[in-house]
Parts: sequence; C-alpha cells; structure tokens
Amino acid sequence: MLVLKDIHKVYGKDSKRVEALKGISLEIGQGEIFGVIGFSGAGKSTLIRCVNLLERPTSGEVFIDGVNLQHLTASQLRKERKKIGMIFQQFNLLNAKTVFKNVAMPLIIDGRPKEEIEKRVNALLSFVGLSDKAKQYPDQLSGGQKQRVGIARALATDPHILLCDEATSALDPDTTQSILALLKKVRDELGITILMITHEMNVIRDICDKVAVIDGGVIVEQGSVLDVFSEPQQEITKNFVRTIINDAIPPTIKALIKEKHQENDSMYLYRVLFKGQSTHLPLLSTIAKRFPIDVNVIHGTITELQGIPFGHLIIEFQGEPSAIEQVLSYIRQQEVTVREVDIHGA
Amino acid sequence: MALDWSYFGPELRTAIEQTLLMVGLGLVFSLIIGIPLGVILVVTRENGILQNKTIFTSLSVIVNIFRSIPFIILIVAIIPFTRLIVGTSIGTVAAIVPLVIFTAPYIGRLIENSLLEVDHGVIELAQAMGATPWQIIWRFLLPEALGSIILAITIATIGLIGASAMAGAVGGGGLGDLAIVYGYQQFQTVVMIITVVLLIIFVQLIQSIGNLLAKKIRRK
Ligand SMILES: Nc1ncnc2c1ncn2[C@@H]1O[C@H](COP(=O)(O)OP(=O)(O)O)[C@@H](O)[C@H]1O
Ligand SMILES: [Mg+2]
Repeated sequence: MLVLKDIHKVYGKDSKRVEALKGISLEIGQGEIFGVIGFSGAGKSTLIRCVNLLERPTSGEVFIDGVNLQHLTASQLRKERKKIGMIFQQFNLLNAKTVFKNVAMPLIIDGRPKEEIEKRVNALLSFVGLSDKAKQYPDQLSGGQKQRVGIARALATDPHILLCDEATSALDPDTTQSILALLKKVRDELGITILMITHEMNVIRDICDKVAVIDGGVIVEQGSVLDVFSEPQQEITKNFVRTIINDAIPPTIKALIKEKHQENDSMYLYRVLFKGQSTHLPLLSTIAKRFPIDVNVIHGTITELQGIPFGHLIIEFQGEPSAIEQVLSYIRQQEVTVREVDIHGA
Repeated sequence: MALDWSYFGPELRTAIEQTLLMVGLGLVFSLIIGIPLGVILVVTRENGILQNKTIFTSLSVIVNIFRSIPFIILIVAIIPFTRLIVGTSIGTVAAIVPLVIFTAPYIGRLIENSLLEVDHGVIELAQAMGATPWQIIWRFLLPEALGSIILAITIATIGLIGASAMAGAVGGGGLGDLAIVYGYQQFQTVVMIITVVLLIIFVQLIQSIGNLLAKKIRRK
C-alpha cells in the first residue's frame, strides 16, 4: 500500500546542512493505523511530507499502491494527491470560509458539480458530527471541532490514505480522545490507511496497530504496538513507553527492597509480563498453592492495548532456589514473559 | 476679497469631478497592474509556488526604482511616455498616467505584503489537496488575504488622493490645484479651507468604507 524505501532528506548546504532523514524505510499495509513517534526535531514532519511529496526526498523512493510518486508529472501528482488526505496540527482551515466551504474545497478544486458537492459535504459533516455547524466560520469553533472539519475535508475526495501530522497535539486530553475515536472510525468504517505522526505515546497506545520510533532521522525500532510496548529494545523507546506505562519501581519501595535484601538474600525479584489471554490466568494464586514459596506483589499495572489487556507486575518470590527454578519454568509454560530484576539496578 | 460663488461654484464642481476622475481611473488602472504584480512577486520568490529568481529580482528592482522617485519628479520625467499613451502631456487624463505609474508599484508591494501574511499552512494545504498554482492563487491565497488586501487598497487610494493634488503641475486640475491657485496664489483662504475640508471628508470616507469591508471579510 504505502512503501518508503531508503528516504534521505537534506536541507540547506554547507554550514547550514541538516540531514533530517537518514534512510527511512517503512511499509504500511492497507487499513493499518501506523504510528511514528519521536521527539521534536526527530524528522517526523519531514517524513510525513515526503509521503505526498510536499517535500521532495533527496534520495529514496515513495510508492503508493505500487506507483512511484517521484516518476509522476506535475499533473499526475496532483491527481495522486487527491487520493491522499492530510490533516495538520494547526488545522489549516480557511478563515474566510464557512465550515461547509472548507470541506467543499477539495471537491471544488476537483471540478465536481454543485449538487454532488452539496450532497457529499453534508454526508461528511454528519460523519464527523458537525452537521449543525455548516454555516459557521472557523473562529466560531473549538479546537476539536476545527480538527473535525479538517478530517471531513481530508476525506472529501475518498482518499486511500490519511496523513496526520500531530493531529491531536494542539488539543486537550478529552478532545484528543474524541478525535482519536473519530480517526479509528475512519479506518474501521471506511477502510482508510492512516499514518499518524506524534510525540505522544498515548496516541500510539490508543489507536495504532504498528509503531515506528524515529530519532535523529533514523527509525530505531518498529513493530506491533503490543510488542514494542511490552518489550521495548531501545532506550528512547523505553522512555516513551514509560510516559504511559509506569514500570519503574517507586523509590520508596526500592529502598524497602534493598533493606529487606540485606537481611535476607534468598529474596528474588521478577518482572512478569502478561499479554492478552494470559492476563486472565490466576497465575499467582496457582503458584502460591503449588509451590513451597511465598509470593509478594511489589508493584503492578494493567493497560489495554488495542483491546488486548497487557499486565506488568514486579513480584517477589521467597523460598529455596530450587523451588524458585520450578516456579519460573512453570510461568514460562504459560506464555508469560518473566525476567529477574537486578535489585540494585532496578 | 469676497468669494464670487456664481463663478466659484462651477469651478469647485469641476475640480471635484477632476479629482474623482483622476483617483477613480487611476485606481482602476493601478489595481489592474498592481494586483498581478503583487501576486507575481509572491509566487516567484524563493520557496514560492512558482519560484523564479530572474522574474522576482527584476520585478522587485523595477518596483523599487519607481517607488524611490518623488511623484512631482516622476510627472515631469515621464512626459514623453505620457504623450505616447494619451497623445498629450497636459490635462486631467494625462495626469492619470503618472498617477498610475506612481501607484501601481505601491499597490504591488502592499498586495505582496498582504499575501505574505497568509499562513504558509494554507498553501501547504492547497498543495496537499492537489490544487494547481492558479487554483492556489485564486481559491486560497487571494480569498484568505482579501481583508488585508482591502485595507491595503484603502491606503493606496488615500495615497492616490494625495498625489492627485499635485497633478495641477501638469494642468490636471482637481481640488489640490484649486487650493493652490485660489487659496495660495490669490489669498482666498476660504477656498483653501473648503478644498482641505473636502479632501479630509474624502479620505475619511474611503478609510471608513475600507475598514468596514475589511472587517466584514476578515472575521478576526
Ligand atoms: N524547511 C527546512 N529547512 C531547513 N531545515 C529544516 C526544514 N524543515 C525541517 N528542518 C530541520 O529538519 C529536522 C527535522 O525537522 P521536522 O521534520 O520538522 O521534525 P519534527 O516534526 O519531528 O519535529 C530539524 O532539525 C529541523 O530543523
Ligand atoms: Mg513536526
């Protein structure tokens, strides 16, 4: 569907030279919601603007449904862009035009007949829940309503792909939720592929299927959201995951553990990760019954990722090393990930 | 010296008509030249939608040259050109030529400024929608800048009124000429006051209309 191959983008020359993208390759499947997360200046906007060639990559290729966009003439590219919707952090609404006119713009540009425009715009406004605002001007709308107009407008020409550059970054948390829900509806009901650019991990958690982490113009890690969230590999990814899943042991508890450990070194701390079905297992109570050890839950969180529960526990086992070995192998049979925590480092 | 209204009345009327003619026609022609000029200056500049360094630089230099010549000198300097265009270099119609040459580059710059005020996001949006350069100008840039363009044209019109007062130098007539001939040369203070008051009303009227229109369009 959307394929980026080794995209490089260099701005400026000599002392002003900035290599914003250093070989980005991505593949996004039909109907996927693909998130790209990174800090400010990582190259996110540059990347998303390369997809519809608002920015020409210095090298590399952009394919949409097998068509190499860089090989198109100016007029072919304009046609192709009509199949790529885009929404923006600052909404980019036309202030001098009504909501209706804003949404109608792509259709007017495309030379559609008036009756068709009228029908289509009304349907779009009802899809985004703004039927009553057709005659209002952008300055009469809230941020969330403005982004709804932006989404309706982006959908006007039936695009296959929707590009979202920090679409919720200017919105408060509640409004962000409602816009994310709308974007999910866009994918679920219209089957549109979505590329989301963001610096907020909750956006990735709430609607993305896959995620790529971009840092310094390079994708440092990518995979399904569940995999990346449960076992982030890179330090930057771990930091992002920590912004929403707090897996660090609180300092007071850490101090307590260290104290206890000094008195008793047959104490073992483990990090246990449950995914999906395994969260429903009565794992800890089974262990306590079956094995001659004591179980103590130190810290834990359960989050939902794409409707799949994802749990994270720090557990203390007290008992003979041989018993603990048995416990661990039992846990591993349950498709639960378990790792020993270094008490001094954790 | 008392003012003879039976004589002065028609004189004043003619002067008003001449001023209106100079400002009206001068404005129309200045807009016809100035608006495209401003648009070209915006689209051909660096990172513009039709970037073209040669066109941008040459137009910019030409505009600067005309903008730096004082109007009274411009009138005289372009007499041969005026004669070429309207067949004569004196009279109200002849005065319109230097007025246009003076005002069009000014309007060009003002329009350029108005268009540059349009958020770059709007152009990006238009491009992402697959708009042609012409559609970007016509459907996005100009409508979004319209409020600001109207204020710019208001300023230019007021400048034009001021310049038209100097057109007396080439026999252009008008209120300015009347003020100088009667008020200054013949010490008819009343005439001076009448013409100045008329000019003030004229300027106020233009500014109010401009503000009103801009406010209606701008919605800010
Ligand atoms: N038009 C430009 N000219 C020069 N440098 C740019 C331009 N756009 C972006 N950059 C630089 O490229 C890098 C990536 O920017 P950007 O893609 O906007 O990052 P992000 O969206 O992740 O914050 C930054 O260092 C930025 O300064
Ligand atoms: Mg950005």
